[in-house]
Amino acid sequence: MTSARAVSLVAKREFVAKVRTRSFLIGTAVIIAVLAGYVVLQSVLFDDQQRSVVGLSGQATQLADPLKEKAGAFGIELETRDVTTAGDAEQQVRDGSLDALVTGAPPALKMIVKDSGDQMLTTALNDVLRQQVLIAQLAESGTTPQEVAQSLAGVSVDVTALEPVDPQRGQRLAIGLIVAALLYYSLLVYGTMVAQGVVEEKSSRVVEILLATLRPWQLLLGKVIGLGAVGLLQLVVISTVGLGLSSAFDVVDVSTLGGAALLTGVLWYLLGFFLYATVFAAAASLVSRQEELQSVLTPISMTIIVAFVAGINLMIGSPSGTTVTVLSLLPPFAPILMPGRMALGVAPAWQVLLAVVLALLAIAAITWLGGKVYANAVLRTGARVKLREALRL
Amino acid sequence: MPEGVLEVDRISKRYGEVVALRDMSFDVRAGELFGFVGSNGAGKTTAMRIALGVLAADSGEVRWNGRTVDLDTRRRIGYMPEERGLYPRMKVLDQLVYLAELHGMGTNEAHTSAENWIARLGLRDRRADEVQRLSLGNQQRVQLAAALVHEPDVLVLDEPFSGLDPVAVDVMSQVLREKASSGVPVVFSSHQLDLVERLCDRVGIVSAGAMVASGTVDELRSGGTPRLVVESPTTDWAATLGGVRVIEKNGTRCVLELADGVDDQAVLHAALAAGPVHEFSRQRPSLTELFRNVVTTESRSA
Repeated sequence: MTSARAVSLVAKREFVAKVRTRSFLIGTAVIIAVLAGYVVLQSVLFDDQQRSVVGLSGQATQLADPLKEKAGAFGIELETRDVTTAGDAEQQVRDGSLDALVTGAPPALKMIVKDSGDQMLTTALNDVLRQQVLIAQLAESGTTPQEVAQSLAGVSVDVTALEPVDPQRGQRLAIGLIVAALLYYSLLVYGTMVAQGVVEEKSSRVVEILLATLRPWQLLLGKVIGLGAVGLLQLVVISTVGLGLSSAFDVVDVSTLGGAALLTGVLWYLLGFFLYATVFAAAASLVSRQEELQSVLTPISMTIIVAFVAGINLMIGSPSGTTVTVLSLLPPFAPILMPGRMALGVAPAWQVLLAVVLALLAIAAITWLGGKVYANAVLRTGARVKLREALRL
Repeated sequence: MPEGVLEVDRISKRYGEVVALRDMSFDVRAGELFGFVGSNGAGKTTAMRIALGVLAADSGEVRWNGRTVDLDTRRRIGYMPEERGLYPRMKVLDQLVYLAELHGMGTNEAHTSAENWIARLGLRDRRADEVQRLSLGNQQRVQLAAALVHEPDVLVLDEPFSGLDPVAVDVMSQVLREKASSGVPVVFSSHQLDLVERLCDRVGIVSAGAMVASGTVDELRSGGTPRLVVESPTTDWAATLGGVRVIEKNGTRCVLELADGVDDQAVLHAALAAGPVHEFSRQRPSLTELFRNVVTTESRSA
């Protein structure tokens, strides 16, 4: 039997065994539900902020069209309603079905709001009002409003931005954070799963039967590949659903940002998983019971958690700062920070390349070392094997 | 080189200061059931784990048909470790198919063989159950099936009878006998000496990491100092014979130990001369007595 067949048999078993479990199905469903909830919430908040309903009464109803146009220029979607009885309308403002009520005749307009008026709406209304007054006065002096409008349209300040704001910055940041969070979750969960699998084989002693027909590295590699594939499957399912929802609710511009983020996410998941899974497996092979597992895994989990928590804070603050840049190049942190920075669009190609090369080198070294520890320790049941012993043998 | 022989050649193993095996050698031939007996900690499990490559020997080697055992030949061995082990959350059938495939069977072949052994060992109703839901006895059966499912060329079983009910012991014995008669060398360890005596073609007694006696049960039993059981009204005559020692006297019955070269016929004549003889037989020690003998002598000399 070839090594490839041996490894693929092990990987297949791990994959099938894990995908069939209820915890995998429920876990995936829960994450998708949380993500969907977030997207829907975002789009609702977004919608709410950008829409206003204004009631117009009396002569103010003439202002409906110019007001809508003006509000549109400010990025507000405005709906106007003609109201007949001011008393009813006031009640509607009070209960929130109208954002504002405009009464009176130009130039003496009154706006009634519930607590504080929307600044944009007030400005738009003021502008419209001034324009109306202007037009009325111009008409008296004999100039046609159209002439004035034409000459006004041609006048504007020429703005030169020294550091132009990326219009997609908010979206990029959101995607960067989500990618980092997903990778953090996947590495931690699937790394721990590898560790639990190793201990399960050790505590159930099935490892002795397996190693009578497999080499330790074949078993280890098969396990890492199999569980890595489960993690990848979950990551892709979650991301695809997430992107689908986001584009359906218009939260994120999927075509330009989402696809690229998904690709980098997958790449860094693979790098990160191979880096961490072997470490998790080697650490797990030192103990014989699930209860002892936590103590050997804590240092590894802490590294990932620190990378995530510290990284996220730094990334929001200054994504191109020296600390984040350096951290995002180092193999233990790169799988979480680099994809985040890439999504933000602040990682130059050379940095990405350097981080990938460093990660690959680290994977080679860790796989060799971790494989050695695993092979030496996995058959030694009973007391916890000291790391020094496992390395020396 | 003879066909179908598993040879263990002078393997030694020490754990730090503790010597687990000292130049242990034995062989198991095709069609033979070899029983491995010895007190706890004598080195049986260590020897078996080395034969399976699960443990590395400090020196010596294990050969199959004259060639050093490597991973490919090891795949052809059926192994039942002392510490039973299966995936607790895997279904019986899936587990057996997986193990058969790991030992080099194709998927279809593995399914056929797994179903076959499930039926043979009376596990058909439980084939879709997780192993952890099975009773201990049934788990043992699955464990045996796991050792047999890839139709191995050699069987190495560590304490296969421990924890089995009498029915399961019969099933296990029958399966082992069948395997042996189909030309598979079978080696197993056990503390149930009566069972070993009944079942095995040859027996090896291990003590303190070395093989101290091995041979057919008959050879082992007839070896050592000859003893006679004589029943006659008087036993005083025995003391007068040279080279005969009375080691046990119970009413009219006595057990005599003969020195080398003493003719038992001369003893019979002497007994008949003294009076009527109702029983005159050669006493052959049981394996248990042999074992006790060997182990206590060894520990005294150690």
